[in-house]
Amino acid sequence: MEAVNLRNVGHSIPKIDGLSIATGKPAYTEDLAMPHALVLKILRSPHAFAKIISIDTSKAERVEGVECILTYKDVPKVRFTLAGQSYPEPSPYDRMILEGVVRYVGDEVAIIAAVDEKTALKAMKLINVEYEVLEPVLDFEKAIGHPSVVHFEEDLTCNFDIGLHKEQNIVSSHEQAVGDVEKVLKDCEFVVEDVYYPQAQAHAMMETYRSFTYQDYMGRLVVVSSTQVPFHIKRQLARALQIPATKIRVIKPRIGGGFGGKQTGAGDVFAALVTLRTGKPAMIIYDRQETFSCTTSRHAMRIKVRLGADADGFIRAIDLEVLSDTGAYGEHASTVLSCVGEYTLPLYNKTKAVRIRGNAVYTNKMPAGAFRGYGATQGTFALESAVNKLAERLAIDPTEVRLKNISQKGETFLTGHGVQLGSTALDRCIKKGREMIGWKEKFPRQTLSGTKVRGVGMAITMQGSGIANIGTASAEIRLTDDGNFALLIGATDMGTGCDTILSQIAAEVLEVPLDKIYVSAGDTDTSPFDPGSYASSTTYLAGTAVLKAAEELKGKILDQGAKFLGASKENVIFEELSVRRIDGEGEISLAKIAEQTILGMGNLQLAAMATHGSQISPPPYVAGFAEVEVDVETGKVDLIDYVAVVDCGTMINPNLARIQAEGGIVQGIGMALFEEVRYSNLGKMETNTFMQYKIPCRQDVGNVRIAFEESYEPSGPFGAKSIGEVVANTPPPAIVNAVYNAVGVQVHHLPVTAEKVFLEMLKQQ
Amino acid sequence: MQIELTVNDKLVTWDVENDEFLADTLRAHGFLSVKKACDTSCCGLCTVWMDGKPILSCSILAMRAHGKKITTIEGVSQAAEEFARILTAEGAEQCGFCSPGFIMNVLAMKNELDNPTEDEIIHYLTGNLCRCTGYMGQLRAVKTYLGVA
Ligand code: FES
Ligand code: FES
Repeated sequence: MEAVNLRNVGHSIPKIDGLSIATGKPAYTEDLAMPHALVLKILRSPHAFAKIISIDTSKAERVEGVECILTYKDVPKVRFTLAGQSYPEPSPYDRMILEGVVRYVGDEVAIIAAVDEKTALKAMKLINVEYEVLEPVLDFEKAIGHPSVVHFEEDLTCNFDIGLHKEQNIVSSHEQAVGDVEKVLKDCEFVVEDVYYPQAQAHAMMETYRSFTYQDYMGRLVVVSSTQVPFHIKRQLARALQIPATKIRVIKPRIGGGFGGKQTGAGDVFAALVTLRTGKPAMIIYDRQETFSCTTSRHAMRIKVRLGADADGFIRAIDLEVLSDTGAYGEHASTVLSCVGEYTLPLYNKTKAVRIRGNAVYTNKMPAGAFRGYGATQGTFALESAVNKLAERLAIDPTEVRLKNISQKGETFLTGHGVQLGSTALDRCIKKGREMIGWKEKFPRQTLSGTKVRGVGMAITMQGSGIANIGTASAEIRLTDDGNFALLIGATDMGTGCDTILSQIAAEVLEVPLDKIYVSAGDTDTSPFDPGSYASSTTYLAGTAVLKAAEELKGKILDQGAKFLGASKENVIFEELSVRRIDGEGEISLAKIAEQTILGMGNLQLAAMATHGSQISPPPYVAGFAEVEVDVETGKVDLIDYVAVVDCGTMINPNLARIQAEGGIVQGIGMALFEEVRYSNLGKMETNTFMQYKIPCRQDVGNVRIAFEESYEPSGPFGAKSIGEVVANTPPPAIVNAVYNAVGVQVHHLPVTAEKVFLEMLKQQ
Repeated sequence: MQIELTVNDKLVTWDVENDEFLADTLRAHGFLSVKKACDTSCCGLCTVWMDGKPILSCSILAMRAHGKKITTIEGVSQAAEEFARILTAEGAEQCGFCSPGFIMNVLAMKNELDNPTEDEIIHYLTGNLCRCTGYMGQLRAVKTYLGVA
């Protein structure tokens, strides 16, 4: 459908839930929990790697108000993954609910359920655990071949061959090569080689992980969870708890941010187990420390890049070698690893050979998991830093190097299995961005005074829209008895606004005002299947499912209306909430159609259901430009201005797209300048509060300016592609490049701190 | 112990523990707009007013509210909604978890500052973290609300 003369799509309609949640109406998991639910606390391992020799819970159990204490002896002996991915998951089944081995500081040892938090904490202190402490694997660069093996158990399994070699601490090996990289590199006039270390980053969503469980009147387990993936949580629980999936219902209320973190299960399984054991409602709320240190983070990586270009500045070869730290469990290990190449190699298309090789390794640290950007963020940092370096070697403006080499519409990619690029406005994004930032005047640096130097830097990036051939989404729309529409979706709004956006699409197709539609979403009992909101899939995949369902339903309404009017379908139209004969000889309102079909003798509720999956995953693009000011006496870096120009195809809701972009850019700024998950040399996380782990506050981010260059993606709903993830990727390389252009310091280890810049400047003198 | 206080213009008498924080007390009594997102007084999500001044309810013992006037967003619903409309029109609330505390601080700022500059606005609101929106949209909304450029 073309994006012309639209009444809903393309309009900045406020989020349909916005007013309620902004003014604090009860809408989140904790708000909905029953007042007398048992409170859960988790006893966690103080050691990075240890075997449990004995656990004595007897004293703790005698504390008044303690309902139950569960240890590894009380859980099914079955391994599963917390990764919320479509079945069969590519993550290894390498964990149990509780186990006699603990693999990181914070790993779960016992579950305490009590009448209130104080009692649970009191009981927790009375549990006596004896450990045999093992030598942990802490440095991910030393994990392969380390004398300690993080997962030595025999019963670890994988659904696929992901290249797991657990005896070497390798979770997954990946290699993809097209052409002969070594040979092409040898023929290149210019070769750049460098190594980059994107760090572990914490999601730091404002609502910490939480879950509330109870058994309903039929004995089914109901799980109200702050999750992005209700259907995956249901499947996960069925396996972990060894109960039939039909006995489980997962409900996702409003959630206070996810960013990929809530694509991995957290406390659900513990609360569910307690409810099954006790028959009582239970609630688990991770505190901020647990959220920082006992869930997941972005995968820290080491990425070696080799880039080759010919004398004309065409990039002919890209070679990436990746080492990814997946921590103690392998959630998302193989897929994040492969996405490093998947979402970077097709950026440039004058290449003759490209390759990505790498390993994801187990270490005795908190697991890594899904995080907005999903490998593309790390890959973009490495590749774009190297491209900036190449531009300098070539003595060509970095924006021109990009314009020369980027992929064009209609092209295919070396790694792309023959799929043509359906849409791109990346060239326009680059041109617009450099204009907005004032590139011509400011590149590479301006000296403001003896102590302050400003530099500009840039980077480009892409992502996907959904997962080709795997991601699917379903939607159902019903004409309700009162002449309105119920939109049932499995997509999970986590603040992104998808409930609104999908309603806009439905309203557009059905040609009704938005307020004629209500949304029911994120309940595995009533929603049609949707894997959940991740992989930048909701607008593109669920949007298309909604569009298809709406088209089908509209056809049915016209059919039915025509019948009532004694006309053929070709001779009626739908306008102003009525089906009308073209000859003006009669009309019937939607409300009347509803009444006559659903009520009385109509015996027909009009509804349509559609499922959509895509064989392609069209990339959205961003060109990002940073201007920084560096204090040469201290190395302090201030971000002055950040410009991001985005091609997300058609914007279904421009304001919501803008906020997605601003939020993603600021998360990227955090990664570039402030954020780092750090461990002590014993493997204890040091950055487990907002005191030690700094996310950007209002004063840290300078000015962030977003512009859009729309393209039209033929395979997307109304020409839309995704936006959620792609916006997180450019700040690290662009800011690092800006600092380099200002003071000549190339930072390889994120984040860019004053210390790093200052020490490097000292070395240069 | 027992405390007597005014919550949103109603006099109440509550039993509280000696070590109980006001945010938990308020939630326990059904003021579910009050959110918490840290245990280190860093995030500002728990902001309510005590005698008209914004405070972090997570860091104030409930007993210190004895004899005070506490206001949550439920108690200023009209003003809150007026600003929330501007905020949502800007698209600048995403998950919304940070919004009630943020709005309480915006309303307090409006009472406290005349014609604040952009820097003053940012300074006043710095204690309110938001992980979703990147702050720019919130700033646009605040400026619209205050009628400053
Ligand atoms: S909950 Fe974070 S400051 Fe109060
Ligand atoms: S809107 Fe989610 S934290 Fe602010």
